[in-house]
Amino acid sequence: MTATDIQNGPTGAIVTADGQPLKVSLARALRRQRLFALALVAPLFIFVTISFIIPIADMLFRSVENSIVEEILPETVKALESWDENSGELPDEAVFAAMVADLKVAKANRTNSKVGQRLNYERSGMSSLFRGSGRKAVRIKEGPYKEKLIKADKDWGKVVTWQVIKQFSPNLTPGYYLASVDAMQTPDGSIQFEDSEKAIHTKLFVRTMIMSVAITITTLLLGFPIAYLIATQPAKISNLLIILVLLPFWTSLLVRTTSWIALLQQKGVINDFLVLVGLISEDGRLAMIHNATGAVIAMTHILLPFMVLPLYSVMKTIPPTYMRAATSLGAHPWPAFWKVYFPNTVPGIGAGAILVFILAIGYYITPELVGGTSGTFISNRIAFHILNSLNWGLAAALGAVLLAIVMVFYLLYDRIVGIDNMKLG
Amino acid sequence: MTGLQSTGDPFVRFQEVQKSYDGETLVVKNLNLDIANGEFLTMLGPSGSGKTTCLMMLAGFETPTHGKIVLDGAPLNDVPPHKRDIGMVFQNYALFPHMTVAENLAFPLHVRKMGKAEIEERVQRALDMVQLGIFGGRRPMQLSGGQQQRVAVARALVFDPKLVLMDEPLGALDKQLREQMQFEIKHIHDNLGITVVYVTHDQSEALTMSNRIAVFNDGIIQQLAPPADLYERPDNAFVAQFIGENNKLIGKVTAVDGDQCSVELDSGEKVAAMSISHAGVGQKSMLSIRPERVMIGDEAADCDVQVQAHVQELIYLGDHIRTRLTVCGREDFVVKIPNSTDRAGLVPGNEISIGWRTRDCRALDLPDNL
Repeated sequence: MTATDIQNGPTGAIVTADGQPLKVSLARALRRQRLFALALVAPLFIFVTISFIIPIADMLFRSVENSIVEEILPETVKALESWDENSGELPDEAVFAAMVADLKVAKANRTNSKVGQRLNYERSGMSSLFRGSGRKAVRIKEGPYKEKLIKADKDWGKVVTWQVIKQFSPNLTPGYYLASVDAMQTPDGSIQFEDSEKAIHTKLFVRTMIMSVAITITTLLLGFPIAYLIATQPAKISNLLIILVLLPFWTSLLVRTTSWIALLQQKGVINDFLVLVGLISEDGRLAMIHNATGAVIAMTHILLPFMVLPLYSVMKTIPPTYMRAATSLGAHPWPAFWKVYFPNTVPGIGAGAILVFILAIGYYITPELVGGTSGTFISNRIAFHILNSLNWGLAAALGAVLLAIVMVFYLLYDRIVGIDNMKLG
Repeated sequence: MTGLQSTGDPFVRFQEVQKSYDGETLVVKNLNLDIANGEFLTMLGPSGSGKTTCLMMLAGFETPTHGKIVLDGAPLNDVPPHKRDIGMVFQNYALFPHMTVAENLAFPLHVRKMGKAEIEERVQRALDMVQLGIFGGRRPMQLSGGQQQRVAVARALVFDPKLVLMDEPLGALDKQLREQMQFEIKHIHDNLGITVVYVTHDQSEALTMSNRIAVFNDGIIQQLAPPADLYERPDNAFVAQFIGENNKLIGKVTAVDGDQCSVELDSGEKVAAMSISHAGVGQKSMLSIRPERVMIGDEAADCDVQVQAHVQELIYLGDHIRTRLTVCGREDFVVKIPNSTDRAGLVPGNEISIGWRTRDCRALDLPDNL
C-alpha cells in the first residue's frame, strides 16, 4: 500500500476502506476485548467492594457518626441551641421541659439507656443518670420542670451535664478520634490530653509500632540467610528448603501459637532444659511467655515466611556471576557481598519488611494468646471495644488511626526507598 | 605465533591438572598447557568439554582436584580469587546494575584503595579505550548489548591485571555485532599486549582472534595449534570435524609409505592420503578433505586423486555455490565452487569427475560415531 492509498475523510481524518472513520472502527474492534476484560474483573471487583470497601467506609463513618443524641433527644437539642454553654449557668426552664418530654418518649421506646451509654463514653455517670431519670421523668406531669428534674437527680443541676449534652448533640463528632489518642474536648472547646500514665491508647499504639519494628527486624535477620541459602542451593535442596519454610502454613495458627506456650512457659520445655543443664536455677526460671518477649518470638515465627519468600524471589534473580565478578575484580568476599550482592537484595528486603510490618501491626490472635498484659497490641484493644465495651465508634476510630499510620509508613517507604523498587517476585 | 617470543618460562602453566565434581568422572583429564606472555589463547570446544572448568580453575572459582596451576612463576592453587589479579569478562557481562558505568569501572580501583584523582583518570581512559567516553553516568541497563559488552571488557582491564579471562563474552550478541566486537577485542589485545585466555564454542570467533587455539573435547586438549594449522592440518578426526566443514570418506589402510598411506575405501576405490593418526595397516580410517580443496572440471584432471561423483543438489550462496555430491558411496560429500568458475555440467543428476591433491587428504582415526 502506498501513501496515496490511505483514504482521507472530509475532515482530513483517516478512514477505513468502507468509509468509516478509523477511530470509530478501532473503538468497535476493541470493545469486545474491553467487555471481556471487564467480565473477568467483575467478580473480584464486586467481592472487594462488598467485603472490603463498604466495611471500611462504614467503619470510617462510624468513627465520626453521632446522630444518636439528636435522634433520642430532639427537643432538648433544639432548645439547647439558644443556651450559652460558657455562661456558667444552667439552661432555662424550656430546656428542662424539653428534656422531660424527650425522656418520656425515650422511656416509652426504651432508648433512654442507649443515649446514656453513648454520653457515658464522654463523662462517666451519664449512663446511670439517663437510666434513672427515664422512669422519674414519666412521673413529672407538670412544671416547674427544672426544679423537679434536679430533685429527681441532682446531676441535672450541674452545668457540666448540659455542656456534655450540647457538645455531643451535632450529628458528627471528633470525640472518638480524640479518645483514640487519649484526648477529650472540654466543654469550653479546648482539647485536653490524658496524663501519660492513663494514656492507654497512645501507649498501645507506640508499643504496637515498637514491637512490629522488632518483629520486622528479627524476621529479616533470621530470614535473610535462609533466603540466601535457598536461592544459591541446587534445585533439589532449595525445593526442600522452600517446603520447610512453607510448612508452618499447613498448620493451624492456633496450634503454632499454643505450641509456643508449651515451649516457653515457666514449666515449659526450654526452661526445663536450661534448669537441667544448670544455666538457670530452679527459682530463676525465665518468663518468656505472656509478655512482650513471648509475643515477639511467636510472631517472628509466624511471619517469617512473609519475609523469606519475597527475599528469596529477589535473590533468585541475582546472577551468581555478580559475586564472582566482584571477587575477580579484587574485592574480598565480605565487601563484595555488601557492595554488590546486598544492594541488589534491597527490593526484596523492602517488600518483605513492609509485608511483615503491616501484618504485625494489625495482628490479633497471637498477642491475645501469648502477649499477656505487656504484649498486647492495639488490635486487642479494638477487639475489646467491639466485643466487650460495645463502643464501636471508638473501635472504628482506633482502626482508622491504625490505617492512617500504615499509610504514613507506606508513604515514608515510597519516599525513602521508592515503591517501584519493591519486588514480590 | 606472530610477534610472540618464547622466553623460557611460560606465563601461565597448567601442570597435570585434573578436575572431578562428583569423584566418579573426570571433567578435565590430565591437562598440560603453557601460555606465553602476551598470547591470545582460545579454549574451543563443545559444551561439556571442560574448557569453562579450566577457565574457572584459572580464575579461582573452582579448585583443581589434582595438579598445579602457575601464573607468572607463582603457584595459584592456594591464592583466593580476589588476590589473583586476573581480570574476567563474564558471559552475561555481570555488570553491577545498581552502579553507573563509571562506578562499575571504579569498583576494582576502589577495592585497591587508589586515590580519587587516579581512579577518575583511569576510568576515563578505560571508557575512551572502548569508545564510551560519554556514557560514564549511565546505568548498565540503559546501554545496548554491545555497549554493555564493552563496559565489561573495560572493567576487566581497568586495573591492569596480569591476565584477562573471557568466558564466551560475545555469546549474547547478534552476529554482526559479534564480528565487530571480535575485531575490537583483538585490537585491544594487540595494543595493550596483555595475555588473554578466551573460551568459546564458536570456531569462527576462535579462528579470527587467537594466536593459538586449544581444541577441547572430553576433558582433553585434542590439538593445540595456531588457527591456520588447526584448519588445514587437523591432528585427529574430532578436530577435523569440529573446525570448519569436512568431507569424510571411510576406508581401510592397506599400506603405509613414509608420510603417506594408501587406503581402500568401503566402496572399493583405492586412494592415497597423508598418514596422520590412523590406527595402522589393516585398520579403519577416516579420510578428511576440506570442501574448498576439491576440484571439478579441468582442474580435477590435474589432481593426484580423481573419482566420479553424482551431483545431488546445488545451493546458491552468492560468493560460492555449495554442491552436494555422492562420492564413493557417501551422499554427504560437499564441494564449494567459487562463483567465478565455469559451471558446465553442474546440474543435479549429472555425473562429473572430481579430484584432489594427496596432501589435502588426511587419513585420521575413525571416530566412535562412524
